[in-house]
Amino acid sequence: MGDGPPSIWEWIARNWDTGRVDSIRNLLTDHLTMSLVPILLSLVVALPLGLACVRWRWLYQPTSGLMNIVYAIPSLPIFMLLISVTGLSQTTVIIPLTFYGMAVLIPAVVDGLGSVPDHVRQSAVAMGFTPLRRLLAVELPIAVPVVLAGLRVVAVSSISLVSVGALIGQGGLGSLFTRAYQNPFMPPVIVGIVLIVALALVADGLLVLAQRLLTPWVRARKGRA
Amino acid sequence: MITFDAVTKRYPDGTVAVDGLSLEAPTGEITVFVGPSGCGKTTSLRMINRMIDATEGQILLDGVPVQGIDPPTLRRGIGYVIQQAGLFPHRRIVDNVATVPYLLGWDRRKARARAMELLERVGLDSALARRYPFQLSGGQQQRVGVARALAADPPVLLMDEPFSAVDPVVRTSLQDELLRLQAELNKTIVFVTHDIDEAIKLGDRVAVLRVGGRLAQLADPKTLLSDPADDFVREFLGRDRGIRRLQFVSTAGLRLRTDLTVEEGFGGGTAEPWALVVSADGAPVGWVADARPDVLEPFGTFVHGRDSMRSALDAALLSPSGCAVGVDENGKVVGVATREALDEALAEAADG
Repeated sequence: MGDGPPSIWEWIARNWDTGRVDSIRNLLTDHLTMSLVPILLSLVVALPLGLACVRWRWLYQPTSGLMNIVYAIPSLPIFMLLISVTGLSQTTVIIPLTFYGMAVLIPAVVDGLGSVPDHVRQSAVAMGFTPLRRLLAVELPIAVPVVLAGLRVVAVSSISLVSVGALIGQGGLGSLFTRAYQNPFMPPVIVGIVLIVALALVADGLLVLAQRLLTPWVRARKGRA
Repeated sequence: MITFDAVTKRYPDGTVAVDGLSLEAPTGEITVFVGPSGCGKTTSLRMINRMIDATEGQILLDGVPVQGIDPPTLRRGIGYVIQQAGLFPHRRIVDNVATVPYLLGWDRRKARARAMELLERVGLDSALARRYPFQLSGGQQQRVGVARALAADPPVLLMDEPFSAVDPVVRTSLQDELLRLQAELNKTIVFVTHDIDEAIKLGDRVAVLRVGGRLAQLADPKTLLSDPADDFVREFLGRDRGIRRLQFVSTAGLRLRTDLTVEEGFGGGTAEPWALVVSADGAPVGWVADARPDVLEPFGTFVHGRDSMRSALDAALLSPSGCAVGVDENGKVVGVATREALDEALAEAADG
């Protein structure tokens, strides 16, 4: 161990848990918070909005149009706009990511409910389901595969997009990249990329697992084909 | 009994789907609504369980107007079978069948036990109970659909073209199965189809509807075939009405000759041109012509008293002898219907 630059493992060991805000461990926790909250929040908001768009068809065009515009606005100006309200906080990152998630999930909920075959809906009506029970016991469960497919996209993109927050000092693992920009030293960049990709893969894997557990009937269908 | 009392369905754009329909679907019978597309048959069916509400007139269920009954409650008391079965893809077969019992708040175990009983009743292997709908063939799904409609033992069953999406062989077996079930269960069934042959096979009464939702004729199948009300019904019934009507004429009155049978090893020498060789246990073996006693010719059979005149005629046409072999339920020969006997019976059928 001379005076040369430390190896990547040495760098990780030295920076893992320094007790400072920018220890890898703290960055990882921040990153998780700032990606998981928008994922959950966008799902919670997109469900009722999606349902409303199905119930009142005329709502869907304006809603999806608006969501696409939100999706098109680059995150940086949104951050700048929000800083005046929420400051340089995690909330400033969480809010736009939630909107991005909604832009994907509202159509997913609408398409998911649209994937319920008409004869299935008709037979539920004919057997005496009340509208609420039909929604909860028949339509939503059948919409699950389509919604989960949307949720997978949202999970991976949110985890990756959090790093942009580094520009306002709230990027989680993304701040490892800005640090390298100031000082050309590669280990933080590699650690940042590896951890973000690993997080995305774990999240995606969990969702695939959830899909298998929640919708065994989809696997059964593929098994026959 | 289901009563349609001057029922009209008019849509806001002015289209009339059903126009002043009045008829009765008697308790314990199969009433078939048949007609070309656009004749309002499905609309009429759906007005019974209020999936569509009538614009004018009323529908009574055992004298009670359905308008006054809350739709979910009404529907839980009426079985419903639709074309693609409409099974819930996310539920196992047993739970699909138990749907209405669950809705009625039955105990889970009791509902499932009932579902298993019904699967057996419609001729499905209990091993299928754990599967999902996509793992079943179209015919199996349709049987599950029937089992599901029967689960809460509703007195009324509505069937909306339930067998039209399956191949002809499966369709025939599903139709036979329905008739067998109906003989046991005596439900009040309203059955919608566009297939006149299905209507004639299944219906105790057939209501022929014309485009615009007007009743053209309501009659039992035999009357429909022999006495169509007008050109529309005649055309809709299609060709071969006379032959098809014979399937409602019993062979019970068909005169059989018992002096035309011979034992195996017969060497010829009766006064008749043809003789029927019968085995020791009474089963038909073949026809022999008096001139060529060593050559067995093909034969056709019908179950005397159970099969129709159409079957007897068919049996006669299958053999060069021109005679039909009457057998009992066990396949033993009871006699031979000669051309003369068939001719008599046909003349009688043509009269009545």
